[in-house]
Amino acid sequence: MNINTECLYSKSHEWVRIENDTAYIGITDYAQNQLGDIVFVGLPVVGDKVSTSDAYSDVESVKAVSDVYSPVDGTISEVNTQLESDPALLNTDPYGTWIAKLTDISSTDGLMTPAEYEEYCAAL
Amino acid sequence: MEKKTELYDRHVALGARIVPFAGYLLPVMYEKTGVIAEHLAVRKAAGLFDVSHMGEVRYKGKDALANLNRLLSNDFTGMYDGQARYSPMLNENGGFIDDLIVYKKSDNDYMVVVNAANRSKDVEWMLSNLSGDVEFSDISDSISQIAIQGPASREIIKRLTPEDKIPQKYYSAIFNSSVGGFPCILSRTGYTGEFGYEIYTMNENAVNIWDILLDSAKGDGLVPCGLGARDTLRLEAAMPLYGHEMDENTTPGETGLMFAVKMNKPFFVGKSALEEKGEPTRIRVGLKALGKGIIREKQTIYIGDTVIGVSTSGTFCPWLNGSYAMAIVDKKYSVPGTRVYADIRGRKTEAEIVALPFYSNAK
Repeated sequence: MNINTECLYSKSHEWVRIENDTAYIGITDYAQNQLGDIVFVGLPVVGDKVSTSDAYSDVESVKAVSDVYSPVDGTISEVNTQLESDPALLNTDPYGTWIAKLTDISSTDGLMTPAEYEEYCAAL
Repeated sequence: MEKKTELYDRHVALGARIVPFAGYLLPVMYEKTGVIAEHLAVRKAAGLFDVSHMGEVRYKGKDALANLNRLLSNDFTGMYDGQARYSPMLNENGGFIDDLIVYKKSDNDYMVVVNAANRSKDVEWMLSNLSGDVEFSDISDSISQIAIQGPASREIIKRLTPEDKIPQKYYSAIFNSSVGGFPCILSRTGYTGEFGYEIYTMNENAVNIWDILLDSAKGDGLVPCGLGARDTLRLEAAMPLYGHEMDENTTPGETGLMFAVKMNKPFFVGKSALEEKGEPTRIRVGLKALGKGIIREKQTIYIGDTVIGVSTSGTFCPWLNGSYAMAIVDKKYSVPGTRVYADIRGRKTEAEIVALPFYSNAK
């Protein structure tokens, strides 16, 4: 399993990468592997406020649909429209493929470091 | 505690993701391929499935045929040796106990293949309906079933089975056939909408047949396939699945299976209930999603604000490259071309009623 060292992680297998004041968010390699072939991504709308407790997107594989949560609170500033035509990018490059960008972000307290996340997955 | 099929160790060695299903541990997909690649392999080349969970029972004796004709809605009179015939098995209210396939081995000797999840309830129902000179046995635990499906399966089987032991007609089988020298029943049937065979064999031959098929067909694009692809393939072919398109409260008319109900027979279980009910007011249809998202089972179908029915199964169909579903809707709104909405978890997505099947290449 692949873990990106520049990201922080949630227990529900989402990653966040902070660059300046913007958060890039997506799903982890573990998550995409569990889901299998991803065939649809329900994207949020720019301007939507997201919180860690509400699903902002849903990702559908052939067999199942899975809600996606944001590791941090914030406001959607951009969505990755490439996923509309090529949802399988989440399978092939889970860390290079962000689902949304957020501004006005909350703290990253409570998220796991790459090492912690690796340990967390190993115990599952 | 789930049972393992004879092929369990093969699946693990091939990198299967194993799930419990109908009391068995079975591969849902293989890590190397995944559902989409496995699905496409069956459409373009061939796929190999372990379907040993399916149940098999036997009716033997001079009243075997009479029993089947009383218990089941189809008519099994006049079948030739080896012929297979699909049938609903109904309750007294005309709802489905199961759907199944009857094979005639010879006069007074029939094999019936039932859904794994319904096996114990089916056997109980069958036993309670026995009459006359017939010997009934549940032989499921001694039989393994392997399906090889896809256009390349014709050539693969040709290399491993003597020519006169290969069934030629769709829905027929040869009972004393073999694959790679191992005895089996070889049947021209399947659950994928594609040309292919189903192989029934005694448990001790299952691993040998599986290995010979995989080893001999490396150059043919044959890949092992899991339950995930089995489900997307059957859905793309619009084949009904028990628990989805039919259950104890659905009639054959509602799920579009009247071709297998012979109302001109003097009697079968459920016939009088079907007569009383008359023409059904709802019917199974196909849906193609036009908007975003994938229609799954149990989603409400609307025209405007009017609820017209509910989806029974749905997924992304890899070969057709779109979201398709089946639904049971009010007959008034069942005409292909009708625009409807599916409520996908609170989001209304437009869909069109389309003719069934979505895909077929089985014959």
